[in-house]
Amino acid sequence: MDKLKFDYILRLADDALIIGQRLSEWCGHGPVLEEDIALSNTSLDYIGQATNLYKQAAAIESAGRDEDAIAFMREESEYRNLLMLELPNGDYAFTTARQFLYSAFMHLYLEKLSNVQDEFLSGYAAKSIKEVRYHLQHASDWVRRMGDGTEESHKRIQDAIKQIWSYTGEMFLMDETDRNAIAAGYGVDKATLAGEWKSMVSEVLKEATLEIPADGWSHTGGRSGKHTEHMGFLLAELQYLQRAYPGAKW
Amino acid sequence: MNQMPAEEHVWQWMTEVYDPEIPVLNVVELGIVRKVSVNASSIDITITPTYSGCPAMRTIEEDIKEILAEKGISDFNILTTLSPPWTTDWMTDEARAKLQAEGIAPPQKGSADKGLLMGRVRDVKCPRCGSHETYMISQFGSTACKSLYKCSSCLEPFDYFKCI
Repeated sequence: MDKLKFDYILRLADDALIIGQRLSEWCGHGPVLEEDIALSNTSLDYIGQATNLYKQAAAIESAGRDEDAIAFMREESEYRNLLMLELPNGDYAFTTARQFLYSAFMHLYLEKLSNVQDEFLSGYAAKSIKEVRYHLQHASDWVRRMGDGTEESHKRIQDAIKQIWSYTGEMFLMDETDRNAIAAGYGVDKATLAGEWKSMVSEVLKEATLEIPADGWSHTGGRSGKHTEHMGFLLAELQYLQRAYPGAKW
Repeated sequence: MNQMPAEEHVWQWMTEVYDPEIPVLNVVELGIVRKVSVNASSIDITITPTYSGCPAMRTIEEDIKEILAEKGISDFNILTTLSPPWTTDWMTDEARAKLQAEGIAPPQKGSADKGLLMGRVRDVKCPRCGSHETYMISQFGSTACKSLYKCSSCLEPFDYFKCI
């Protein structure tokens, strides 16, 4: 099997699954009905993207595992998602801030990925960017609304942006898998997206009367399977049904 | 062995499959069915999802299987493709008129663009009274493919089929 391509796709799939799982936790708990629906829809987009990616990973692996087995039956250290995506939802400001910073990155990343020399990856990117565009607009609207809102909403979104900022560096990290993927014709040099990302999010933050945090040290580890203490709890809920009733069918 | 049907017949059959979430439109006019190939002894039907996570895809697949079984076809494959990515621009004028009649504002043509990122306000016509005095209540509506709007003239809320 093409281990490099499998690993590359698995990272994308795990990112989509984990943020999809987090967002789905808002279902029935949104601050207003419209937001409940918006976050559930966004979650659905990610779960759909994850399904497409895991299917492809399973096909590359051809080891008899299907997309569900890869999604649900692995151990914590086998997941390769970004740490910021597994952090608990916090309040609505925290969820919004994460969605904003991550969607802005994904928009830039998918734009590049839609041009790579791999039919599946470019197709996935061209499809998913249309969805991410809506996520980004939705999150940007709320960053502006909260930042330029009341004293309380301003404080909450500002705190959230500050908290997540120290996790954003991991999005642009390039390791061996990324470099080999570029050599193989389907990687994206994420490090070069950092500048554009910063100016993109800064523009919205300024409009929202929010301070742009200083760059500094970033949490990392997700890409090598070293997770935060929150990941185990997330997986316990995510995997419960498949672990309790292996092979369950609807 | 039975004679295989002509491709245009299979396309015709596909128009009998309706989208479970927008039951006024069939999967051909929505652009979900991308390709029909009639081979020596089997039929390949290629479909594409509107959104990556569209929950209607499974039902649509089941409905396609049912129609084919009804027509006496037992050897077929339903394939899924992601590219080219589905766009509302594939929707026919007839389909747009049907949406409008159903109270769903149809997607604007050729507008799957980046303007959205900048928060540009769309001019969406109320499907009930025709007024342009409408505003968006929520970017995400009753299904992944719709936004929720409200008309300031007739005061009715309505769905707008999002452009992608």
